[in-house]
Amino acid sequence: MTFKSLILILMSGVLINNYVLQKFLGICPFLGVSKKFDQASGMGIAVTFVMLCATAVTYPLQTFVLAPLKLEYLQTIVFILVIAALVQFVELVLKKFIPALHKSLGVYLPLITTNCAVLGVAINNVTDGYNFVESMFSSLGVGLGFLFAMVLFAGVRSRIENCPSPKPFRGLPVTLIAAAIVSLAFYGFSGIVETILK
Amino acid sequence: MNKLKNSRFMIFLRGLIMENPVLVLVLGTCPTLAQTGSVISAVGMGLAATAVLVCSNAAISALRKVIPDTVRIPCYIVIIAGFVSVVQMLLHAFLPDLYDMMGVYLALIVVNCIILGRAEMFARKNPVLDSMLDGLGMGLGFLLALFAMATVREVFGNGTFAGIAIPFLKDYHIPILTQAPGGFLVFGLLIALMNKLREKQGGVMKKDFSCESCPSAALCGKTSCSEVTEIAEEAGESADETKKEDGQ
Repeated sequence: MTFKSLILILMSGVLINNYVLQKFLGICPFLGVSKKFDQASGMGIAVTFVMLCATAVTYPLQTFVLAPLKLEYLQTIVFILVIAALVQFVELVLKKFIPALHKSLGVYLPLITTNCAVLGVAINNVTDGYNFVESMFSSLGVGLGFLFAMVLFAGVRSRIENCPSPKPFRGLPVTLIAAAIVSLAFYGFSGIVETILK
Repeated sequence: MNKLKNSRFMIFLRGLIMENPVLVLVLGTCPTLAQTGSVISAVGMGLAATAVLVCSNAAISALRKVIPDTVRIPCYIVIIAGFVSVVQMLLHAFLPDLYDMMGVYLALIVVNCIILGRAEMFARKNPVLDSMLDGLGMGLGFLLALFAMATVREVFGNGTFAGIAIPFLKDYHIPILTQAPGGFLVFGLLIALMNKLREKQGGVMKKDFSCESCPSAALCGKTSCSEVTEIAEEAGESADETKKEDGQ
């Protein structure tokens, strides 16, 4: 594990394997909360935060409890429960100790409980065989990638809202087609990180 | 008796067409976009989700008088996760190719909005048989939508249908349709088509992506998603105000 490989994991999460635009995880908040810039960034930061917490908890759980006891088949149940409990816990802690942060992120936290991107990154870290530091970097990368996609798309979307589009396309369909174009733009990044770091 | 049969049939049919979970309610978008690159993985996903949906609806409906209202969502999640694990193990043992093809998305059936949504909206208020029929209808509706999308994407994107080459299209296919951008594009076009058809029938159009049918709304406690948006807006406004005050 070198610094270079960590950067590679981080950048691949942000740009190449962007969870929203390339892997289709976390589409609900991507379409639901991307109407305004500040909401999109708030949601993105909250998701990044929860992903980091979730990985910090699920990774040791997998390595030190589930794997030695040969209980890997319980992974799905354990992870979803831990993440759901964790989100509630984080919300309580923030409310009690950092009210300012709770005010800005709090409203998004309950929405994240069943976000498939959070569960997805926890499971993927285990399947990819990352160690703890790599897992944390991968979660950070994925979270930042989510934030990046949300913020970028909020900008695109605010323009669409003001454009006349054919009646059946109004609302969701035209948003999805815009998402297709943004996703196409992200295609340009594939291979770029490997080339730079070589 | 006839009337009763009719109503049962309607429960089944509603999920299949009128309230199609994907094309009308716009739930479960993640697997819809991710698993429709090929017809085989789409059908696998649809069947796996249907199996989980029927079982979880039956279990939740059977336990509806036992589960306390305040902790119902965690209970539902455990029940659903249990059935997902069963399906995962069965596929791993008997259809390992499909298991590999579906990858992480198989485990992610747990957080599929359709399943938690039907538990919250239907199974907890209705008897077992009705809930199973509802689960079957919704599951097959999901399967149908996935199949339609996968057919478009695989036939035009890869020139094949379920792995079988189609003579002319094989030479002139559009590879991007099977990739990520194609998923968004085809889904957008399909919903637009549904809107057009429903508009002709005088039905309501799916104007926007809303949380009203999203089960996370129940997880949010009392706040519905529109309220969340309002709260967020208020928070944003108050933040602006504090900024202004700081400026002064």
